[in-house]
Amino acid sequence: MNDILQGLARAAKLVVTLNADLVEITLLSLQVSLGAAVIGSAIGLPLGAWLAINRFPARRTVIALLNALMGLPPVVVGLIVYVLFSRSGPLGVLGLLFTPTAMVIAQVIIITPIIASVAHQAIRELWADYHDLLISLEARRHQRIATLLWDGRRALMTASLAGFGRGIGEVGAIMIVGGNIDHATRVLTTAIALETGKGEFDMALALGFVLIGLAIAVNLALHILSRTERGSRW
Amino acid sequence: MVNAMVALDRVELRRGGRVIVGPISLRLGGEGITMAMGPNGAGKTTLLRALHGLERVSSGQIHWDEDARALRERQAFVFQTPILMRRSVLDSIAYPLRLRGVRRGAARERAAECAENVGLRVSLRKDVSTLSGGEKQKMALARALIMDPALLFLDEPSANLDGRSTREIEEILDHFRARGTRIVMSTHDIGQARRLADDVVFMHHGHLVEQAPSAAFFDAPQSQQAKAYLQGDIVI
Repeated sequence: MNDILQGLARAAKLVVTLNADLVEITLLSLQVSLGAAVIGSAIGLPLGAWLAINRFPARRTVIALLNALMGLPPVVVGLIVYVLFSRSGPLGVLGLLFTPTAMVIAQVIIITPIIASVAHQAIRELWADYHDLLISLEARRHQRIATLLWDGRRALMTASLAGFGRGIGEVGAIMIVGGNIDHATRVLTTAIALETGKGEFDMALALGFVLIGLAIAVNLALHILSRTERGSRW
Repeated sequence: MVNAMVALDRVELRRGGRVIVGPISLRLGGEGITMAMGPNGAGKTTLLRALHGLERVSSGQIHWDEDARALRERQAFVFQTPILMRRSVLDSIAYPLRLRGVRRGAARERAAECAENVGLRVSLRKDVSTLSGGEKQKMALARALIMDPALLFLDEPSANLDGRSTREIEEILDHFRARGTRIVMSTHDIGQARRLADDVVFMHHGHLVEQAPSAAFFDAPQSQQAKAYLQGDIVI
């Protein structure tokens, strides 16, 4: 209990004094996970919508696969990305290993199935409502997808936030492909793992509280910006 | 019936091995209001949806007349339960124009006019989910009319409305018939059918029982089922 209180106190101190290291790793955390959430959404949201409105033979299999991929173990994803981008690997020439870019790539692989799957569920319900109208109005395929994405945007924001949440709290993959290098690829989660390993529990806890605070702040900011849960609106 | 619009030739719709409608053969002319009547489950909705192209026909053919190209290409459908988009009233009505590439400003102006034309006097900024039943139906009607359809389908447009809303909708339909819009609709409100219909298609158990001009149908129905239905007997 004492550790936790000390951690809270230290977290408050770090935040209030805008500790330079803390700011740096927090910003990198944000940059990596927001970047991954944006890219993952750009792929996952249209993919989810496309799966919701199209009928093709392997559809059930693809959806089952997508749902299974939601539980993809980050460590394994990190390992595969590591092997691909290592110097002797097929993409080694790009020199991306131990860079934030590699961390973003690993997180995109982890969170895109989550975003696509949640989006698919939301869009499927909307499509059931809109189906007759859109067919009657002869909306083209891309128009249907655009309409469903736009009108389902609030549910889709939840999908993106779920992806972001998985990314910001993820440690296995970015530890492997990023390497937790000070001033280069260290983020909140990998720093917490490091401090815990060193036995610096109050520092680890402080970083943990900052991480939780960050996740809450991003969610709140998006909800306020998009004006959800306001009055009678969806 | 003046010039033909569409002919159904032994059209049948099956779902899951069960025949829902048909086989039906009938011809519809190019003017006025055709009223599909019959008890629940008679196949009125399915017939309308098949004509509009929303349902796949299992066998038989639907022939559109050469001269009826406009009627075939410029159609709109008003569903029994209005389909509510997650949008404001104004943007819901403007939506069909937006699909056709009309710019937002112009589409919204036109939508406001259409709302006015159908007597939808609410704040157009509201979400459609907040409208009353009658207002939702008028929104759906305005959304259908914004495309200036030559052929308008309505599936029981006043099924859940009170007398006043029903009368308002009927006035709008009368107005558009006078302007030359071809209307095909279903109802099980016999009074509404008497007031609006130019000709009647009476269905029962998925079959066409009787097709006649309105006056003839209501004065002297030929079939047992239609007689019973018009007398208010329960037709099973």
